[in-house]
Amino acid sequence: MSEVRGAPSYVSKDKDLQKSEAQNGESTVWGHTVSIMRPREELYAYWRDFANLATFMQNIVSIEVLDQTRSHWTVRGPNGEYQWTALVTEDRPGEVIAWKAEDGDVKNSGRIEFRDGPPGHGTYVRAILAYQPPMGAIGKLIATLTQKEPQIQSNRDLRRFKQLMETGEIATTTQPNREPYS
Amino acid sequence: MRALTWHGKHDVRMETVPDPEILNPRDAIIKITSTAICGSDLHLYDAYIPTLQKGDILGHEFMGEVVDVGPKSTLKKGQRVVVPFTISCGSCFHCSKQQFSACDNGNPADNQDLGQQLYGEPMSALFGYTHLTGGYPGGQAELVRVPFSDVGPIVIPDGMPDDDVLFLSDILPTGWMAAENAQIEHGDTVAVWGCGPVGLFAVQSAFKMGAHRVIAIDHFPHRLELAAKFGAETINFEETDTYHALMEMTGSIGPDAVIDSVGLEAHGLFGDNIVDQIKASTFLGTDRPHALRQAILACRKGGRVSVPGVYGGFLDKFPFGAFMEKGLTMKTGQTHVQKYLPKLLEMIGNKELDTTFLISHRLPLEQAPEGYKMFKSEQNTCTKVVLKPGMEA
Ligand SMILES: NC(=O)c1ccc[n+]([C@@H]2O[C@H](COP(=O)([O-])OP(=O)(O)OC[C@H]3O[C@@H](n4cnc5c(N)ncnc54)[C@H](O)[C@@H]3O)[C@@H](O)[C@H]2O)c1
Ligand SMILES: [Zn+2]
Ligand SMILES: [Zn+2]
Repeated sequence: MSEVRGAPSYVSKDKDLQKSEAQNGESTVWGHTVSIMRPREELYAYWRDFANLATFMQNIVSIEVLDQTRSHWTVRGPNGEYQWTALVTEDRPGEVIAWKAEDGDVKNSGRIEFRDGPPGHGTYVRAILAYQPPMGAIGKLIATLTQKEPQIQSNRDLRRFKQLMETGEIATTTQPNREPYS
Repeated sequence: MRALTWHGKHDVRMETVPDPEILNPRDAIIKITSTAICGSDLHLYDAYIPTLQKGDILGHEFMGEVVDVGPKSTLKKGQRVVVPFTISCGSCFHCSKQQFSACDNGNPADNQDLGQQLYGEPMSALFGYTHLTGGYPGGQAELVRVPFSDVGPIVIPDGMPDDDVLFLSDILPTGWMAAENAQIEHGDTVAVWGCGPVGLFAVQSAFKMGAHRVIAIDHFPHRLELAAKFGAETINFEETDTYHALMEMTGSIGPDAVIDSVGLEAHGLFGDNIVDQIKASTFLGTDRPHALRQAILACRKGGRVSVPGVYGGFLDKFPFGAFMEKGLTMKTGQTHVQKYLPKLLEMIGNKELDTTFLISHRLPLEQAPEGYKMFKSEQNTCTKVVLKPGMEA
């Protein structure tokens, strides 16, 4: 897999094409691409160790690596914690990692692709997330209201991944000005 | 520590707040020795720019002494540094192109959604500005936390006084980049709207870059006098019809390049400006681009428009037809401060640039609220306010 070209299926106006990436037949598919100025082998290696994901994914409570292909995820959601065991379904070093939930509270799957951008433009990292919102449409609404919507979260998580890979840290502000005490 | 905090339109206060701490490995903590009030702060003071929160510490022009460093900072305790107002990581795509004010990585991820919706891209991080730009506490305080301290701050050699170098933090590089964006060619006539600190540095920089003539436009006589000191011809827009004057002064060709260093709060009783003010006060429009409209109309065909002045939202009656039909080019943006620091520091050292002429007031930090009031209401004579923590009143 070399350069990434063309528009991905998840931005299609055709609903069926949009869902073609759902490995488990999930109802919602969301994708997002960011460019990261690091070699794709390095980005792949960091991501492939699933235990690292909790450093930049905000809603992960823990990911326990069980063996080469299985990991146990505990994630904060709109109505408490959700758990599942993820199975790696595709693994091409430096190029792609895909996984899907074998069992658990939420039907979901994911895929992360690493491709060279045009010269000088870094690696294009594309995350594709498919999920069945718990409690369907109402669950999705609650999630959006509480900002735990997987789409919002995954965009932010990707930004944090980019910050960590490019700068070695994740941008943050304390607000010593938030609570003046005089 | 003591800090200047924002509480609403024309309401800024000195308060005691918790000291900043090192949060990331590349951070440093700076003890402020000098900090200034900027025209950009006035846009916040006038509540023109959204997403400020009560209690936010303002200030993006500051310098001081390094008092604490994270493990990955390259600074050393005791060094004197000037800090760019743009927070830049040095390693993203934009930083690799020296477009430091477009840095991807300074703004916390959770803060980026609104900017993405408003501008199509999240905004980059700035000190003491708004939550669209990261919500970083600013430097009108005794202490400030500086992220990416291995990339931004420039170390100042011993013996150079604060007043000589403080403006490296923003307005000097901003005036310089404004002139650079005007792509000045030998023999050019350059017109500069606004003789505030940014405009006055743009006047100086334009001459350094080879402008043959610079025409400075404002309505404050004292500010126009300062521009004239550097060799500019001046137009007082209250006494003279600016467009007509520019045409007569350039053989009806128009200036080769125009610089808008006024921004979104243009003054003046012009028809378009009054309509803009009514719209802004009733939230029907936002910015007041009178100067920019006039600059586009006056600029010669095929000329260049440089816009260091800040705009935040939407412009009404933007003369895009004139812009297109005359084949103009526009360059704008927050300043890529880091890119210009070494060269400008050297020029200050060689006395090639005068950086202190515009300081009209030096006040203790504790009097910052008075400083804001003066800079807002006495613009003719109050050209730049420098605040010094610990200074005797
Ligand atoms: N691009 C950047 O990175 C950057 C950095 C610093 C400041 N700025 C912006 O530059 C602008 C100027 O900053 P400043 O500190 O010099 O502010 P300032 O408020 O001191 O100066 C603005 C000047 O413009 C004059 N003016 C107002 N209306 C005018 C008109 N219709 N025609 C001609 N002149 C007019 C005012 O009289 C005043 O002297 C502001 O918008 C500020 O936010 C941009
Ligand atoms: Zn400024
Ligand atoms: Zn950067």
